[in-house]
Amino acid sequence: MPIEMLERFDRIVNQRVNKLLLNRLEQGYRTTKYPNVDVNLSKPYRGRPEINFEADMITMKLCEENCPQSAIIANSEKKALNLGRCVFCGECERLSDGKFIHFTTDFSLATATQEDLVLCEENVIPKIEREINGKIRKLFGKSLQLRQVSAGGCNACEADINVLNTPFFDLSRFGIQIVASPRHADGMLITGPISKNMKLALLKTYEAIPDPKIIIAIGSCAISGGVFYESSEVVGGVDRILPVDLFIPGCPPHPLTTLKALIDYFSKY
Amino acid sequence: MFLKFRVNQFLKLSEIPLIHFYDFYNMVLSMIDDGAQIVHYLGFVENNCKKLMIVLRTIDNNDNNDNNLFIAITFAPTEYLAFTSQAKKFHLFEREIHEEFSINIQGHPQLKAVRSATTLSEEYQFYNITGDSVHQVAVGPVHAGIIGPGHFRFNCMGERVAHLEIKLGYQHRGVEKLICKSCFDITKLSNLMECVAGDSAVTNILTFSELIESAFELEKEGIITSDIKIIRTIALELERLSNHIGDLGALSGDVAFLPPDAYFGRMRGEFLNLLLLLSGNRFGKGLIRPAINFYKINLLDINYIEKKLNELLTEIKHVSELLFSTQEIIDRFEGIGVIDNKTALDLGLVGVAARASGVKYDVRKNFLPGYYSVLEKENKNITIQQRLSGDVWSRARIRYKEILDSISIIKNMLENLKSKTDYKTVEQSQDDSNFSSNYLLFKNKLQSKLLPSSAVIVAINEGWRGELTHLMITDEKSKIIRYKIKDPSFHNWSGLAYAMRDQEISDFPLCNKSFNLSYCGFDL
Repeated sequence: MPIEMLERFDRIVNQRVNKLLLNRLEQGYRTTKYPNVDVNLSKPYRGRPEINFEADMITMKLCEENCPQSAIIANSEKKALNLGRCVFCGECERLSDGKFIHFTTDFSLATATQEDLVLCEENVIPKIEREINGKIRKLFGKSLQLRQVSAGGCNACEADINVLNTPFFDLSRFGIQIVASPRHADGMLITGPISKNMKLALLKTYEAIPDPKIIIAIGSCAISGGVFYESSEVVGGVDRILPVDLFIPGCPPHPLTTLKALIDYFSKY
Repeated sequence: MFLKFRVNQFLKLSEIPLIHFYDFYNMVLSMIDDGAQIVHYLGFVENNCKKLMIVLRTIDNNDNNDNNLFIAITFAPTEYLAFTSQAKKFHLFEREIHEEFSINIQGHPQLKAVRSATTLSEEYQFYNITGDSVHQVAVGPVHAGIIGPGHFRFNCMGERVAHLEIKLGYQHRGVEKLICKSCFDITKLSNLMECVAGDSAVTNILTFSELIESAFELEKEGIITSDIKIIRTIALELERLSNHIGDLGALSGDVAFLPPDAYFGRMRGEFLNLLLLLSGNRFGKGLIRPAINFYKINLLDINYIEKKLNELLTEIKHVSELLFSTQEIIDRFEGIGVIDNKTALDLGLVGVAARASGVKYDVRKNFLPGYYSVLEKENKNITIQQRLSGDVWSRARIRYKEILDSISIIKNMLENLKSKTDYKTVEQSQDDSNFSSNYLLFKNKLQSKLLPSSAVIVAINEGWRGELTHLMITDEKSKIIRYKIKDPSFHNWSGLAYAMRDQEISDFPLCNKSFNLSYCGFDL
């Protein structure tokens, strides 16, 4: 090879390596220290709602009537907010000036049952009981492969699952991976209100996953039909057709909500 | 004979020329021949009478800003000769009309269902190329990635794709029906609009809000202050930024060059976090509502956003330099998935995909919705990015240029916000002590108003994928009888099918990503 060509080749390689290295240095390490270090989300974030059970009845009734998702029950016997129906639009907080319902910046929202999603006087904070799923943790605690299926999802939930794979959240450091085939999966992440047109494909994907398998419903659509709950074109919540192990509410849930739920429910770490 | 009108203009149904179908047919075709593009073509039922409505746009390419919208109505015939046989861009519009109103459209090459359950049944006939060396590849509806479902059917000769047919409808949730069915509840409808397509939540709710505002003629009352418009426009640009950056990263990931994928993927999140700072939601849900913005930004936020944008701008430039100078990337992006200018115009493509094929159309510049008119006056509006080669490389480069444009106009708008002297006193609206009672009054006032009767309104915005428009028709009792949402993907899916012709099938993921179209926005 003539010497000029070698020099030119050398120059190109150097430039390329320089750009790669400089970018690498500039980017540094960006992975969050969560869960070892707490993360605080900034103020306007609407996370876990806090209910003031002492609020006056008129305000509560106003919120109940005006909730676009009919997620609020307020009468003399019971005051409750169903996280599965709620889309965190903040209407009740605005109408009650935060005196009845106030959205905190707490992103821990997931539960293992539908009942736990209903916040009331006996159940103020949604939580996952670590005892109930010892078997699952034993099986999947250090390695969990999940298949994601969008069944009528609006792509917000999907996008916020996708970011779990970016270097900031880095889901795979907990041994959890999202895989391409149901045959390789231990379970399914379902988003969307299950459009009737997707029902068959969803059930076939479910069947293709080997037993034992787990189902995670992500977003208010997958839990209750979300904003589409009145539509005749959707099935509604996942648990109408499949058994659900984990409910992660939100519209869409913040990636940290999903991350925390997966760690709490599965991880041995 | 068509009525010329403006974006967000309030039209009475009686004003719109009701033309005999024969004249309608000839006039539409002659306008299309002169280069008009379809904004809407839909059927609706008024007083038990099926009608067809068309909205066309003409774009001035000579910078005189002589851009117009035209509208006309005709009684729907029971059958007619397809527009599609003369102009390809009608293809999906006519299939939709056939599906919803069972009008027999003759001479249409593929009169199949678009969204209904029949798309799933055995009756659905795929386009087949027959021959010894032809084989079919079926992909979907459930894909390998974390994306919406759709079915792709390739007719291949070896590795070469002869034809790609895209079958959608899996995400159909009956959005339009839901809008007409429910009684007019602004809170409910706004939440619904934000879930039509989550990645375009801001575009959809903004378009809806502008439509409702013009229906109630709130603009004249001066309720929509420039502050409100600025924050809306910032949110719209942040949405564009986050998606474009995500796309650049994903394109790089699709050809297995991973550093930009990782870096851009993380930066996309930074822009979503800025949206969270504005609205409390990473996709801007809950920020924009008709006639009101719930969240205001204070000086601290403005400074923080500016600082963050400057930081990110440097990083974006560095990573893009790496991306666009890497030999493998150039090799894999150039000359792949080419759509030439004529095809782009024939198919009526919009947005990034159209501009990459040399079509000079950007709603922000051509129709100046919202705050863009002010930016235009101040000479700070975007310039329309254009490239001619129409390949993956062009679509990536257009995205990069638009990222730079968006950052610079957000900075301009923040400057405009800061220059207001009283800005320091504006706090978050929730801290207002009378907020809830004021809000309730406001809401009741808005809710007690009736929508105008027998009216038509068209609102248009440039989402990050391209032109997104909403159209609303009300009857004499002020009830919404038709609400049409048209996502840019409705035009551009055909573009993807064309881009794949004569390509290797292994280039499909790359081509698909370079368009990055919406499944749910199409399926509604």
